[in-house]
Amino acid sequence: MTNTIADIETADVILVTGSNTTENHPVLSTFIKRAALKGNTVIVVDPRKIKLTEHSQNWLRPNPGTDIAWINGLMNVIIQEKLHNSEFIKNRTEGFEAIQESVKLYTPEYVEKITGIPAHDIIETARLFAKADKASICYCMGITQHTCGTDNVKSLANLSMLCGHLGKAGGGVNPLRGQNNVQGACDMGGLPNVFTAYQKVDDPNAIKKYEAFWNITGLSNKPGLAVTEMIHKAEKGEFKSLYIIGENPLVSDPDLNHAEKGFRNLEFLVVQDIFLTETAKIADVVLPSFCFAEKNGTFSNTERRVQRVRKAVEAPGFAREDWKITCEIATRMGTNMHYNSAEEIFKEIRQVTPSYAGITWERIEKVGIHWPCPTVDHPGTPILHTTKFTRGKGLFHAIHHQPPAELTDEKYPLVLTTGRVLYHYHTGSMTMKSDGLNEMSPECFVEISQNDAAKLDIVDGEMVNVFSRRGKIKAKLSISSKAVDGTVFIPFHFAKAAANRLTNAKIDPVAKIPEFKVCAITIQKAA
Amino acid sequence: MSKENTITIDNKQFAFKAGETILEVAKRNNIFIPTLCHLKETTPTGACRICIVEVKGARDLVPSCAAPAVSGMFVRSESPEVIKARKNIIQLMLASGNHNCAIRKFEPDDWTSFHLKVLKEDNYNELCPVWGDCKLQDLAYRYQVVTKLLPVSLSKYPMETVNPFIIRDFSRCILCGRCVQACREIQVNNAIDFGYRGAKAKIVAGADVPLKDSDCVFCGECVQVCPVGALIPKETFKNKKRFEKTETVRTTCSYCGVGCQMELTVQDNKIVEINGAEDVEPNRGSLCVKGRYGYDFVASPERLTTPLIKKNGKLEEASWDEALGLVAARFTEIKTKHGADLMGVLTSARVTNEDNYIAQKFTRSVLKTNNIDHCARL
Repeated sequence: MTNTIADIETADVILVTGSNTTENHPVLSTFIKRAALKGNTVIVVDPRKIKLTEHSQNWLRPNPGTDIAWINGLMNVIIQEKLHNSEFIKNRTEGFEAIQESVKLYTPEYVEKITGIPAHDIIETARLFAKADKASICYCMGITQHTCGTDNVKSLANLSMLCGHLGKAGGGVNPLRGQNNVQGACDMGGLPNVFTAYQKVDDPNAIKKYEAFWNITGLSNKPGLAVTEMIHKAEKGEFKSLYIIGENPLVSDPDLNHAEKGFRNLEFLVVQDIFLTETAKIADVVLPSFCFAEKNGTFSNTERRVQRVRKAVEAPGFAREDWKITCEIATRMGTNMHYNSAEEIFKEIRQVTPSYAGITWERIEKVGIHWPCPTVDHPGTPILHTTKFTRGKGLFHAIHHQPPAELTDEKYPLVLTTGRVLYHYHTGSMTMKSDGLNEMSPECFVEISQNDAAKLDIVDGEMVNVFSRRGKIKAKLSISSKAVDGTVFIPFHFAKAAANRLTNAKIDPVAKIPEFKVCAITIQKAA
Repeated sequence: MSKENTITIDNKQFAFKAGETILEVAKRNNIFIPTLCHLKETTPTGACRICIVEVKGARDLVPSCAAPAVSGMFVRSESPEVIKARKNIIQLMLASGNHNCAIRKFEPDDWTSFHLKVLKEDNYNELCPVWGDCKLQDLAYRYQVVTKLLPVSLSKYPMETVNPFIIRDFSRCILCGRCVQACREIQVNNAIDFGYRGAKAKIVAGADVPLKDSDCVFCGECVQVCPVGALIPKETFKNKKRFEKTETVRTTCSYCGVGCQMELTVQDNKIVEINGAEDVEPNRGSLCVKGRYGYDFVASPERLTTPLIKKNGKLEEASWDEALGLVAARFTEIKTKHGADLMGVLTSARVTNEDNYIAQKFTRSVLKTNNIDHCARL
């Protein structure tokens, strides 16, 4: 997030898109709901009639996979009505001419044709957003999990820059990150192309720095493969081993039938986890590790706040701490890796990670600090880009609408979008151990509109088979007021009816994120 | 100190900011004023009146949570009149329901016989589940209000237990309304409200249905703010041994990316309760259903406790030495035979920064490839 969680509540207008906030970030959603309660404007743009629409002034309902079009539509109106922030554009950005030209095509009427959002709603929303003193954009996987995910995000950045809503309190472009330490995993270089703090692996200076610091030679300067690419290669026999720490891709990966083949094709698979997950079951070696309540360390949250994790209980049996297991493997492979504590590792992290350099465990004992925090007397950075952007001037990108990788047709007439529910988390390996959570959300369901269910002549609660071009699952039909005609939602938590047997593994070429939010399906009554 | 913005509480002068209530000024200056219904960041309701103070020139005692500080005000926080009124309020509250707080003037006794005597006198066979952790009981002790000889009113409403997380015991509810404030103004779930009138007053969910059939999402904010034993976390009630040692550990929630700060209550190496850490960003005491009640996995019997190695197609228990030896040998072999770029590591958005740093250091400096990724995109 460019801004903080608390900051959202201070925005005059909050645009929430592709985020079912009340179910996926329940506590963060309270900031949005309180803002609405105080009379601030909340606008929801989402294909589902999510709970947050009850708190919003406007709900815009785009056809799945048409985000660039509606965002360009808003910009078209803003520029047409001269509501853009010329001062900000002149001083802080470049490339305005390019988008001025590119969004000309996206008149409200044209956008209505693509997105299904009425033209007058586009106009009204554009005015609300542009005229606001402070407007915040919050988005989540509904924006990113598309083959054009990167372009969707760039479009939101265009919109925010156009109105000068970046670099100030109550503004910003705020991705709501879905996992406790997804921010930290990225910051720590758990990505194929960067070391810690996003230092590029093909930058000779970064390589030199790390080789000197780790006292080794021969670091690879070739960016590595993303998980989706590794699995694809494994399926063809071109990838040999994987060491998986605390993940369960055999439920969370797209197009599972293919992914499964890839994993089974590996010569050697090691899974380190707290449970015998679907992925661990097919491993050659399974290593038992600690859960969060047994560890000391840090997590970095969605607002870049580095916070302490503290040991509360002893781990069961012979389980070991994750970093200790990895160090032991390294040592047995001939590279001595030894630390006495997690804090000692954090001290090493600070030395090679400029954005964490000023953060110490002592400083975050009570309250976490937002990176970048370059020195120990630096207070941290709650709001990014206040005086300049990372690259200097903010660059506008001219972007055009691209249809999703898979479209509906006669055989597969419905659009499937996947996501989570309030009572479960990701592949359920943790939440499904709670009887209470299971009682509230016992099984997979296929959320569909009343009209679509009537067309299929299937009643609420009946078992159905759902088919896509890649697979089939069987689950209960659930008629819901959240669903809109033509679009079906299935949560991906449940291994027994894994929605990812249906999803498309087509990825965004830059971010390599799969298109979980759009694929074509058909539904039949189960025999 | 200009006279325009100061008030006097208990003969001491304090500056205040425009809009601050008497209670806020007192709290900031460590002057004790008891509260029950007051809930920070929400609209004061003045419902319980326990925070009343004496204000010079005012006809009646004034609820300090709702009264703004006014320049030149002269306040007494615990005058004899205030104490008398507070005693009255507490007495009425204790009489209004099932409050066997065991506030008695029995002769010094051992705990068990004292306890048994109280139960006998109250005609109860169970001690209040929040005995020793109740704001009303604390106040009854502070003001020495004795429950003996008070008629105990039986609740007009039966206990609600038909959901997995929260027990609603209407017999212990003092109708302070904190839960309603928490639900409507902090979490904004709008699931509960005051229902019925007068003596029949009750906190109702929706059209007086069980919580599980209402808009309730079991965030548990109401349980955390309930000053008495009317809202009880079911699992804690079942598992926590009363009057036995517990430890509290502050940590960060391990579910979504919000990073809520929470307090784990631990007893016998087991988490028995989780509460939001108050007054700390980013969550300021709030949690969701998963963070607050989804901790069973930690002590689950299904946890992996020993390394496993696949032998003849089946995973079998192994020693760490054997498992680590095998992993190191196979990784070395594959690296030599196929090269590091045919090997990969999936680190995790679920583990700590320290774990992640070590995972990427291992991938880059030991395996010598950049094939490291995690499920950020999934």
